[in-house]
Amino acid sequence: MAAVMPAPAASRHLMSGNEAVARAVWESGVKVAAAYPGTPSTEMMEVIATYPDLYAEWSVNEKVSLEVAIGAAYAGSRSFCCMKHVGMNVASDALMTLTLTGVIGGLVIAIADDVGLSSSQNEQDSRYWGRFAHVPVLEPADSQEAYEMTKLGFELSEQFQVPVILRMTTRINHVKSLVTVGERVAHVGAGFKKEPGRFVMVPGNAGKRIPLMFKRDVELRAVAETSPLNFIEDGSDKRVGFITSGPAYMHVKESFPNAPVLKLGFSCPVPFEKCRELAAMVEQVVVVEEVEPLIETELKAQGLKVIGKEILPLQGELSPNVLRPAIAKLLGEKVPEMQSTAAMPVFPRPPTMCVACPHLGVYYTLSQVRNLSIAGDIGCYTLGAGHPWNALDTCVSMGASMGVALGMDKGRGESDKDKRIVAVIGDSTFLHMGMQGLLDMIYNKGNVTVLLLDNRAVGMTGGQNNPGNGRDIHDEEAPRVNFAKLVESLGVNPERIHQVNPYELPVLFKTIRDEVKIPEVSVIITDQPCVLVKDYHKLKPFEVIDDLCTGCGNCIDVGCPAIHVTRRGKEVKPSGREVDLAFVRIESSVCTGCGLCVQPCAPKAIVHYAPVSPIHLVSKGCGA
Amino acid sequence: MSDNTNILVVGVGGQGVMTATEILAEAAIALGHDAKKTEVAGMAQRGGVVSSHLRFGKRVMTPQITPGNADVLLGFESAETMRWQHMLKPGGLTLMNTAHLVPPIVELGLFDYPEDPIGEIRKSGNKVVAFDATSIAQALGDIRLGNTVMIGAIADHLPFGAEVLLSCVLKRFESKGVKMVELNRRAFEAGRAAVGEAEAALA
Repeated sequence: MAAVMPAPAASRHLMSGNEAVARAVWESGVKVAAAYPGTPSTEMMEVIATYPDLYAEWSVNEKVSLEVAIGAAYAGSRSFCCMKHVGMNVASDALMTLTLTGVIGGLVIAIADDVGLSSSQNEQDSRYWGRFAHVPVLEPADSQEAYEMTKLGFELSEQFQVPVILRMTTRINHVKSLVTVGERVAHVGAGFKKEPGRFVMVPGNAGKRIPLMFKRDVELRAVAETSPLNFIEDGSDKRVGFITSGPAYMHVKESFPNAPVLKLGFSCPVPFEKCRELAAMVEQVVVVEEVEPLIETELKAQGLKVIGKEILPLQGELSPNVLRPAIAKLLGEKVPEMQSTAAMPVFPRPPTMCVACPHLGVYYTLSQVRNLSIAGDIGCYTLGAGHPWNALDTCVSMGASMGVALGMDKGRGESDKDKRIVAVIGDSTFLHMGMQGLLDMIYNKGNVTVLLLDNRAVGMTGGQNNPGNGRDIHDEEAPRVNFAKLVESLGVNPERIHQVNPYELPVLFKTIRDEVKIPEVSVIITDQPCVLVKDYHKLKPFEVIDDLCTGCGNCIDVGCPAIHVTRRGKEVKPSGREVDLAFVRIESSVCTGCGLCVQPCAPKAIVHYAPVSPIHLVSKGCGA
Repeated sequence: MSDNTNILVVGVGGQGVMTATEILAEAAIALGHDAKKTEVAGMAQRGGVVSSHLRFGKRVMTPQITPGNADVLLGFESAETMRWQHMLKPGGLTLMNTAHLVPPIVELGLFDYPEDPIGEIRKSGNKVVAFDATSIAQALGDIRLGNTVMIGAIADHLPFGAEVLLSCVLKRFESKGVKMVELNRRAFEAGRAAVGEAEAALA
């Protein structure tokens, strides 16, 4: 993340979409900005927090972040919140009523759709919220547009007293391109004025606001018809005209530079007349949008003859090599063949846990305990589903491990009536949406062992602070949650609460094995920090004495990326069974001495590193 | 895509692939080009695959390079360099570090590391220049210089001179003192020389 401090006016910078939005938020005089981290949205709030003259916070979840922004907007200040696509599922309860009250100060909500699922549990099209909540949606196609639309968004929001959604995708959030920035204009809110008929949404009041919302829809559509964000670029090849939005616009221009194009930057409500204008210019119209056929479906309902998802994919990112063949086929032309060498087969390289990650101890242990069903959650520890641990059986949504585990317990079938049910959740995910699930589990007398992995960071998104580590968004001291006291307050029997060091494998193993046998809710809190945050302290590295290594491979089962195989072999056991051997070395240059691999090593071949010659560095290791 | 220059930089999360691409982008911009840099790296910081795309020229629309359109592939790791060969124009140029980063999935015996990545690439008809950037960095005293060695390696295969690129690299280290600037200058030149020598040996 590049901290972008106030830059000279009208200068050009290489900025990601996230950095561009952050800059625009600051320039727009926003007073309050709130978010929960989530790829690909995280850097927006990270950068906003580096600007002066505004309040920024990491909220405990997206719903709270939106509510904080709503409060500030009610008070007449400009406010901003951002989230990844699944975050809006959480925040939507607030959104659906916010649309009735509207806002006083401008409120822009940036939603980052992870199109192509680079780091998400599903793929969603957040433009639906514009239709569902009757609010306008702006769709930038690059960083410059993300910057401009954010600024316009605040103006539109105040003009119509409506929250505005800025719909981004990974290819906008993370792509860096040139942005011409401007200067900050301070914005002073009028302060909150009581207006119960508008801000107290009880049935009698809310019912009166609904017709106003529909009236606003009509007005917004009229604005979209003439908005400079929606423009037609004529072209000489009239066989196909394109209606497109967001990053798809770039692929259309790249692939068909001579085709007429209607670019919709203000894409909800859809400007139907503008679309008819384009249709009248060309032989046929293709709607190109990521991901769902939203504009397409609405145009078809208007009686416009357009083509869209009949020839384009419903899933994943579009690109010129998706568009070109689809349009060639439509026109009955020969599909251009791709000129390149064939893809070469190479092993997959899934993300791994870091060297010395405290989760390694947890998953190694879980992989050694039999007869478990393990409900997982969202975070680095979701990687426990992979090799070598294979110790995570479900992953649904933030905090779902709690409810899913309880449901597995209550819904046992014949084959799993004796299974032990375990839930695994991280500190930040627990505070985001797991607490309620645990309360439910206790209240309804579940039989689940909860592993609360407190690594004092939102690890997967880059180690952001949260209420569990006692630091705020500016890295300053903040009140810190005491997890043991918290779960006790929720009703967990104090005898069933254990704090364990995940690097002490025998203790962890015994605690888990004992607790899963007890038919009530247990909470085992592991208490060692993420290796990527400042709370972590490196210890003396280890090495393997080659002569002592028997090739048993036990250390490899820990799953640490610092352990490498030097040679393989086979051994015939006295029983006649043939076993594979893997002799190892430790990359001492990246080992931080956690000692996890030392514990399962029977021949005591792993010892503290004592350099006899300079370290031969082969790699930087992974995730270092 | 023919009007733009397309550079693909690949490697493993944590190697500095994205920073290298960003410096290349800064150099292109300093020369007045339009430029876009993109990658999908959500979980890549956890040791996963990273491929970073840089496109520059008069006007860049689509940020990502489509298969068969990369002019140069800069590979920080051998198997990763193999993985992305189909992105090159036929007969395109690969500049690669000979380092092997073996992931746990291979250590577990579930997959094999390719025996001869350079040979495989050569067989495909693509040009390949290989050098040991990691050893070069070590010889200069700090493995972290590997990133600058890699940037130096591509310096003579861009549609602009090496000087602008070098100054973009050194600008990053200005705040860290004269010694770091000097070390990085040497790393840059060493990478440049390594490619020059490897090419001379092939000729």
